[in-house]
Amino acid sequence: MAAKLILSMDGAVIKEYPLNKERMTIGRKAHNDIVIDNLAVSGEHAAVVTIMHDSFLEDLDSTNGLEVNGVPTKKHFLQNNDVIEIGKHKLKYINDQITQTTSADFERTMVMRGPVSQAGAAKAGTMKTPARPNQPAEGEAAERTGKFDASLPAKAAAPATPPAASRPAAQGDTARVAVVQILTGPNAGKELELVKNLTTLGKPGLQVAVLTRRPQGFFITHVEGASFPLVNGQALMNQAHQLNDHDVIELAGIKMEFYFKG
Amino acid sequence: MRRPAGVIMKVEDALEMICQTHPGMVRSHNEDSVACESACGLVVLADGMGGYNAGEVASGIAVSVVATEVSHSLQNNSPIRRDEETGDEYGVLLLRDNIQRANAAIYYAAQSQPQYAGMGTTIVTGLFYDNRVAVAHVGDSRLYRLRGETMEAVTRDHSLLQEQIDSGMISIEDARLSKNKNLVTRAVGIDAKVASEIHVHDVLVGDVYLFCSDGLNDMVEDEDIHSTLYAMQGNLPLAAEQLIQMANDGGGRDNVSVILVKVKGRFSAPGSWLARMLDWFRK
Repeated sequence: MAAKLILSMDGAVIKEYPLNKERMTIGRKAHNDIVIDNLAVSGEHAAVVTIMHDSFLEDLDSTNGLEVNGVPTKKHFLQNNDVIEIGKHKLKYINDQITQTTSADFERTMVMRGPVSQAGAAKAGTMKTPARPNQPAEGEAAERTGKFDASLPAKAAAPATPPAASRPAAQGDTARVAVVQILTGPNAGKELELVKNLTTLGKPGLQVAVLTRRPQGFFITHVEGASFPLVNGQALMNQAHQLNDHDVIELAGIKMEFYFKG
Repeated sequence: MRRPAGVIMKVEDALEMICQTHPGMVRSHNEDSVACESACGLVVLADGMGGYNAGEVASGIAVSVVATEVSHSLQNNSPIRRDEETGDEYGVLLLRDNIQRANAAIYYAAQSQPQYAGMGTTIVTGLFYDNRVAVAHVGDSRLYRLRGETMEAVTRDHSLLQEQIDSGMISIEDARLSKNKNLVTRAVGIDAKVASEIHVHDVLVGDVYLFCSDGLNDMVEDEDIHSTLYAMQGNLPLAAEQLIQMANDGGGRDNVSVILVKVKGRFSAPGSWLARMLDWFRK
C-alpha cells in the first residue's frame, strides 16, 4: 500500500493521490502530477520524492512557499499525518506503511544492489536486481536476501511483542526521577538528578563507579580504582548492584544518598 | 603500570582487546561473528544476512578467512613493507585481498548450495601496526573511536540512509525516523567482486576503538555509547558488557557484537626488528 496525499480545501476533500512515482510534482500547470488550479500556487510549486517507504517534500522555489504542520518549510521528511499547506489548499500525507510494517520488519539488514538512483526507482518492497547473464534463477534468490525471505513474516511479527511488553512494567522505577544527594565532603548538600542512562561517579583513571538506569531500575557498578564502593556499609562485588530508595553509597570517603523524588 | 611514552612495545602488549557477541533478546540465531588476533593486532567483526542459518555461515566464513589469512601472512611479512606494483602498504593489501577472498568463498558457497543462495555479510576489520590502524569495511558495521573526551565515527556506513544523508535529502535528526535503516548498499559475498573501503588512521596512546554491528548503534544512542566508553575505559570487559546490556535493555531486536581495543602504549610493526631492517634496506 503506497503512501498517499489527500488534497482538501476548507475541510472538503478534493482528491487522493497515491505516491506511486519516485517523483511527483505539485503545481498550478497542467503537466504536474498533482494540479492545484489556484493563482496562489506556482506553476511548479513543490515535489515529493519517494524512496522505498520514505517520502521527502521539497519546495521548488515557489513564490508563496509552503507550510508543513503550520511551519514554513523548504525541505521536509514527511511523517504520517503531516499536513502540507499551499495557499488555502491542504495536502495530508498518509503512510499506512507505518502501521503495516512495524520497525521489527526492518531490523534485518538487507542488501540493496546497484546505484541508489536505480534502487530508488524500484517500487516499495521489491528491490531491483540487475539482470545477470548465465544465472536467470539466481536473481530471484538474491532478491530475497534478508528479511523478505518467505520464512520470515511469522518470525518478524513476533519480535515486536517482548520489548513492548517489558516496557510498561519497567516504567515503575525508571519513570520516577532518581537523585543522588551528596552527604559529606566539600560538596555536601549537592543533588544530582539521574536523568541519563549512565552517570559517572569519580574520575576515569583513578576511581570510577557508574550508576546505570535500566528497565528494572537503577544499578551501581564498580568500574576501576583500588577500593570498591560501599552500599549501606557493604562493599560491592564485581557485579552490578541494584539500588533501593534511600540507599547510602560511599565512594572514596564521600557518602551520598540515592532516593526517588516524588 | 605506566610506561614512558618513548618505549615501543610489541603490538600484543600495547593493545588490550575484548570481543563479545550476543544474540540479543529476540533472535534465536546469532548471525554476527567476531575474532581478535591479539598477536598480530587484528580484529574482525561481521554481521551476516540470509535465510535460515545462511547469515551465520556468511559472517563465519568472512571472519575466519580474514582472521586466519591475515595473521598467517603476517608471520613472514611486515605490514609496513610497500608493494612494488601498487605502492600500497602490505597491511592494507592484506585486508583488501582477504576481504576479496572471503567474498569469493561466500559467493561460491551461495552459488553451489541452494540453501545459501543470496547470503552475504557486512564486515569491519582493523589491523594495528606501526602506531596506526588500517580499517577496512563493507556495509553498516561500524568503528567508533574515543580519543580524549570525544567520540567519533571512523567509518561511514554503506547504506541507503547514509547516502540519503550525504546527498542532503535527509538530516541526521530525521534519519533516526527513517524506516530504511537496514538497507546496505554493499555487502561481502553478494557479487563476484566486492569493493571494500580502506583507510589508515594514526593511533594515539589512550585511544579506545569500538567495532560494532548495527545491533548496537540501532538500539543505543551515540550519546550513551560515548558516555559508556568514556566512563568505563578503565575496565574494558565491563564496558563491553554494559554496551551489550544497553542494546538488550533497549529491545535487543538484533544480534549485538562489540570489539573494544584500547591503546596502552606505542607499538611497532609486528615481526622482528631484523625483518624490518631488511625491509628498510629493500626500499
